[in-house]
Formats: sequence, C-alpha cells, structure tokens
Amino acid sequence: MPPECGNAVYGVALNFRADLEKLSEPPRAPVLYLRPRNTWNVSGAAIRLPADAKQLKMAGTLGVVIGSGYVVVNDVSIPHESYYRPAIKQRCRDGFCVVGSQVTDRIPGEIRTSINGELRCRASIGDMVRPIDRLIADISEFLTLQPGDILLIGEPPDAPFAHVGDRVRVEIDGLAAIENEVVPEIAPI
Amino acid sequence: MKHARIAYAGAVHHVTEGDPRLHSGNPVVWLPPVQPGTIFALGLNYADHAKELAFKPPDEPLVFMKGPQSLCGHLGQTRRPPGVAYMHYECELAVVISKTARKIARANAYEYVAGYTVANDYAVRDYLENYYRPNFRAKSRDFATPLGPWLVDAADVPDPMNLRLRTLVNGRVTQEGNTRDMLFNIPALIEYLSGFMTLQAGDIILTGTPEGLAGVQVGDEVITEIEGVGSLKNTIIGEPEEQAPEERKNVG
Repeated sequence: MPPECGNAVYGVALNFRADLEKLSEPPRAPVLYLRPRNTWNVSGAAIRLPADAKQLKMAGTLGVVIGSGYVVVNDVSIPHESYYRPAIKQRCRDGFCVVGSQVTDRIPGEIRTSINGELRCRASIGDMVRPIDRLIADISEFLTLQPGDILLIGEPPDAPFAHVGDRVRVEIDGLAAIENEVVPEIAPI
Repeated sequence: MKHARIAYAGAVHHVTEGDPRLHSGNPVVWLPPVQPGTIFALGLNYADHAKELAFKPPDEPLVFMKGPQSLCGHLGQTRRPPGVAYMHYECELAVVISKTARKIARANAYEYVAGYTVANDYAVRDYLENYYRPNFRAKSRDFATPLGPWLVDAADVPDPMNLRLRTLVNGRVTQEGNTRDMLFNIPALIEYLSGFMTLQAGDIILTGTPEGLAGVQVGDEVITEIEGVGSLKNTIIGEPEEQAPEERKNVG
C-alpha cells in the first residue's frame, strides 16, 4: 500500500530505548522527519547508493497507515551521527523509503531485516520508547494525521548497513516481504 | 497574472485577480494558492536574522520540512497554544516549483520556478528542541503556516532577489527586510536541493526570514507582505474555551 499523492509519510527518530542511552536528555516530543514523495519506492525497485555515500543504513520498520493498518517499510538513509539538525540530505534521496504493498490489521511483534539472505536485525515493537498509541496521541496533539498518512515508528538502533550489490529484505509476519537491491547512482533517474 | 484557490458557493474555484467572484459580496474562503507537494523551509537564511538568534550563519542551507497540514490560506486563523511564552511570525518569500528538477545548475534554476507567494512561517519557540531542530512541534503545527493570497507568475516578478518584505502586527510595522539579503538565494537553493533529490511541480520552498521577530498574542492581526507578491493576513486565536466561555457554560 504505497502512499497516495497528498498524503504524508512521517518517521520518528530516536524511538528505541537503546537510543536514549546516547542522549544527554530524552526528547520531550516525538522527533519527527518527513519522507517526501520523491523518496517513495516499492519492493523490487532499485535503491541507489548516492555518489557521495559509501554505504546506506537499512532501517526495517513498521509503518502505521492511519485508518488502515500496518505495513512493512525499509526506511533508508545515509548514516549520520548527529541528530541536531534535520537530516534532509541524508534521508530525502530519491527512492529511500520502500513501502510494502500489503496491510495487516494486527500489530506485529517483530521486524526482521536481512542482507543477502543473512538475518542482520530483529527489532521488537516492545523496545520502543513511545508505543504506537502514545506516538499517535503525542503527534496528533499538534499535527493532524490524515487517513492514508503513514507513521514510521522508529529506526532499530542496530539497523545494518548495505553496499552496492546487496539485496535487502525486510519482513514482518503475515505480510509480503519487501526486497530491494542496492545499485550505484547513475545520472538522472 | 495572480492566481488564487478559493472555496466559493460550495466548491473549490481557481480564480485570478479581479475575478467577479472575489467581489460579489458572497462568502469567499481563501485556500493556500497551491496544492502542496513537498514543503521546504529555510532556517537562518538572512545574516541579520541569524545574528538576532545568536547563531553563526550556516555553511550550507539549513533546510527543514513541513507537513501539508501546516498550511492555511489568506484570512485564516492560527492557534496560539495555551501557556506558551513565545510564538512569533516569520515573513517569507515562498517559491513554487513548476516542473521536475534534478541536478539543476543555478544558472538555469529560474526555469523551474512557477511563481511566488507569501508565507508566514510561525514558530512556537517553547517547543524547540535540539533534535532535528527546528522540530515539527515548533514549526509544522496544524494551520500555523499561512500561505497566499496569490500565486504570482514568475514572469510577473522580474527580480525576486530584490523585494521588500515586512510584517505588521495590529497595523504596526514590526519587521522589515529585503530578499537581496538572503544568504542562499533562490537559484542557490534550487541547485542545492535538486542536487541530491528530485523536485517536482508543486513543491514549495520557504526561503527564510529577516530580522525583526516579535511575539504574537491571541487576537492579534498579523499581515506579512512582499512587494509585488501579496499581502497575507492571519489572525491569532486561542483555545476554543478561552474564546467563548459564556457559550460553553450554556451547553447542556
């Protein structure tokens, strides 16, 4: 269920408990970022490694589709350490947000990310700082989520990195997995 | 030509300046003049404003994003949350992209501009945090980014980098500047953004604000205006409870 034009896809950073250990103070509100429409991608399409990056972080995560249910998402970014300024250049590259085509109405317990067939990350929904109901409450206090908007619940702290040639698979029980290959950036897409 | 989107007689209409529907005496609701794609905004893009906030001017554009729900039209209302100490306006020139743009050199950047409008990029500073600053709670609040009234065709704004802008609160001028003082000008911003991502028609870039910030209070009428582009009026409202205590008492 890829997002529709007019809808917004929001991600939440620093939402796993392990993230808090690195911070001097916990965020007072959910730390949001936007996945603009140029980033939207589907399973089977290429993920392009930009010429100015060596590797990409593959954050397999859960997307909450407002009014519909849950989808599997690969929230790709260029690795960055600092969370001080919005990571527009690291996150907003074309095709960096792969959204699964199926929706489930059951909250899954775990998201698994594999690279070239090897399981590299198991993220548990139970390790989130703000669980889904709390996220929706805290965000919608100032930002109305519309039906069809998607909220990505967080990047697993141990999300793996991928390189050119790697095949990355993100799966959640009960949903079709998404799988994409990392390819070099070529001139205009 | 100046274009607007209005709600009129039960439907959304696209009109241009002088359209009789705007002067018929029937109710008109001004909508944002563009159905937004991706909305970008610039922080600290005027040297004087960066100094005002005690920040060193950035080496590369400080870009942040806003959700589509943040916009409201001309003559709209923006809510000031109860109990906050400092909410301020920001008068900004907004650039609307006309067509798909990828890796555009600044020499060609204006070919990708459909036109210009006025934005008021309100901020609630109480909610600023040092994570992805400026964060959404401070900057992407519902209806807290008035936009309009008009989308003015690029051809009718021959020198967008030399426009006076100003803000009036309850009729008193509180902010004055000129777009020529931007640190990263419009061609530089289009080159920068399109250098790493594809811009599309309907994407909007809010180009930052000069110095002269001041707080706004419930009931204030705030006008942000830019020479040749438009004059955008907005009213600050409070909680529904704050506005109509008598009505509330009478319910039930």
